[in-house]
Amino acid sequence: MKTLLYILSFTLPALCCSAKTIRVGKQQPFTTIREAIAAAEKGDTILVENGTYRERNLVINKPVFLKGIGLPVLDGEKKYEIVAIKADNVTVEGFRIVHSGNSSLEDIAGIKIYNRHNVIIRNNTLEDNFFGIYSLYGINCIIENNSITSFGTAELQSGNGIHCWKSDSMRIIGNSISGHRDGIYFEFVTNSVIWRNESYNNIRYGLHFMFSHNDAYACNIFRENGAGVAVMFSHGVKMFHNFFEKNWGDAAYGLLLKEISDSRIDGNYFTGNTSGIYMEGTSRIQVEKNEFSTNGWAMKIQASCLDNVITGNNFLANTFDVGTNGSLVLNTFDHNYWDKYEGYDLDKNNTGDIPYRPVSLYSMIVEKNPAAMMLFRSFMTSLLDKSEKVIPTLTPENLKDNYPIMKRLHL
Amino acid sequence: MTRIIKYVFTDILRNKIVLGYTAFLLLISLSVFTLEDNTSKGILSLLNIILIIVPLVSIIFSTTYIYNSAEFIELLVSQPLKRKHIWSSLFTGLAGSLSCSFFIGAGLPILFFAPAAIGLIMTAMGLLLSIIFVAIAMLAAVMTRDKAKGIGISIFLWLYFSLLFDVFILFQFQDYPLEKFMIIASACNPIDLSRILILLKMDISALMGFTGAVFRDFFGTQPGLAIAFLVLGLWVMVTFWLSLRKFNRKDL
Repeated sequence: MKTLLYILSFTLPALCCSAKTIRVGKQQPFTTIREAIAAAEKGDTILVENGTYRERNLVINKPVFLKGIGLPVLDGEKKYEIVAIKADNVTVEGFRIVHSGNSSLEDIAGIKIYNRHNVIIRNNTLEDNFFGIYSLYGINCIIENNSITSFGTAELQSGNGIHCWKSDSMRIIGNSISGHRDGIYFEFVTNSVIWRNESYNNIRYGLHFMFSHNDAYACNIFRENGAGVAVMFSHGVKMFHNFFEKNWGDAAYGLLLKEISDSRIDGNYFTGNTSGIYMEGTSRIQVEKNEFSTNGWAMKIQASCLDNVITGNNFLANTFDVGTNGSLVLNTFDHNYWDKYEGYDLDKNNTGDIPYRPVSLYSMIVEKNPAAMMLFRSFMTSLLDKSEKVIPTLTPENLKDNYPIMKRLHL
Repeated sequence: MTRIIKYVFTDILRNKIVLGYTAFLLLISLSVFTLEDNTSKGILSLLNIILIIVPLVSIIFSTTYIYNSAEFIELLVSQPLKRKHIWSSLFTGLAGSLSCSFFIGAGLPILFFAPAAIGLIMTAMGLLLSIIFVAIAMLAAVMTRDKAKGIGISIFLWLYFSLLFDVFILFQFQDYPLEKFMIIASACNPIDLSRILILLKMDISALMGFTGAVFRDFFGTQPGLAIAFLVLGLWVMVTFWLSLRKFNRKDL
């Protein structure tokens, strides 16, 4: 008896958990994915062969591994939510998901996670969906190597590429997103990572962060989005080694920071934006080892910012290095390299002997009266700037780099 | 008429000041492009030189030339020639020779070193500014018989267009940021207009602020560019026509 129990204790779990593989396709026992899921057990693999499947609202309510072979198409016919994940430990891989419904009442998505753990969405191509991949209360999910494209023209008629709402421990890795309202949207998402994504040509923001604390995003590319990247009302955000490029327009910012605290911005490249970084109401942020080149304004720091440290950055060929709207300065700007610095270094310690003032009088005037941009680079304004450099009257007295670096930093 | 133009043209080209002006422009543009490793920086340094020096030299030289050739003009008027022809040949000679020296001194190096689009517009603007300020100088010279007064007027006009106008724009309309109005305002000053046209080809990201966008939407398009050139052309024609009218009625 003891031996029998002993054997059973090994074999029973193996028997009950032996996952089988179900095939779906034209010549297979199952022709629709819906039937296959109905027949599947926990942990089964469903292999879907090449073809077009119109499943209407496909609900995955069992922990299965759903894999497409040769990129089968799931078509939402412009009416339905295509894949709804309502079970933990689901993997969806290798599908081409197209034409989801469009609604102004519901957030219809190509793939939507409903309040689940450990979901993996991998190697899919999503085209022409309202929302691309949507995580509602998702925890510990991976969204990896998906290509998400939409063709939105107006903000209201278009959803977000990857949308996470009240989620935790998400990993958004290596996706490519374009043509949506916001490329990646985070609201109330904590402890998550956004890594190696490319978000471009979206209507509004490449990445939009709201009330999302202790997240990190690294090595992403945000290019030519309508308004760049916005990070708002969050703390503990780490932004490392991202590229913010060519976000042009009056309301476009490479990186817009609003009410952010205790965060780090390290090793990023801001190139060709109207404003590289725009800060409003931010505090205790470390901006270090970034490169700002050929921006209109490298940084715009509103007077509501407090205790931010901007150090060890390169400022190259920007029209204006720093812009601000008041005379109160509670941030430090020491130890940066500014290509417009005209001081000298007598003791050859690679630190300039006189402070550099990155705010020019003309940039203050333009801040107050944008129409004065008409006189950009005129003899008059350079004359004003030169005299202001000698005797600062209107520009904030304390906004200066006391130890400007003489040579460009190698980042 | 062509003989007068030819005479004025060769007379000015032999003039030491014009030769010096050509050499000066050549020296500056060559040194700017060879010393700066960054072409766009070189263009920026040249930009202010073109916008300041070219109008200054054009206006002062032309005014003094008209005054110095007062006797020559009187002689011509006594001949069976139309005053209109005399005045236009003087203008053509002056504008032609000064444009010529600008083209040799700055235009050729710019076209050679700078990227095509910027080089073309910069050369075009330099040439147009030369011609416009010759026309303005002729208007200033025909206004008064007194040489000192005439040169004074032209120096003031140069000062107005390159500095005072900008001061008005900078501080006068601070409370009324009228974007559309700015386009009209820019048309009222050929120096500002040419600078904006050149800048639109250069650093776009800064000009992409709201005003920048307004300018870009207007002057960045083909019709806008055509209008801008038309406005600059009008500057030449209207000022010259005014001076011609004055000269026709003037008691020499």
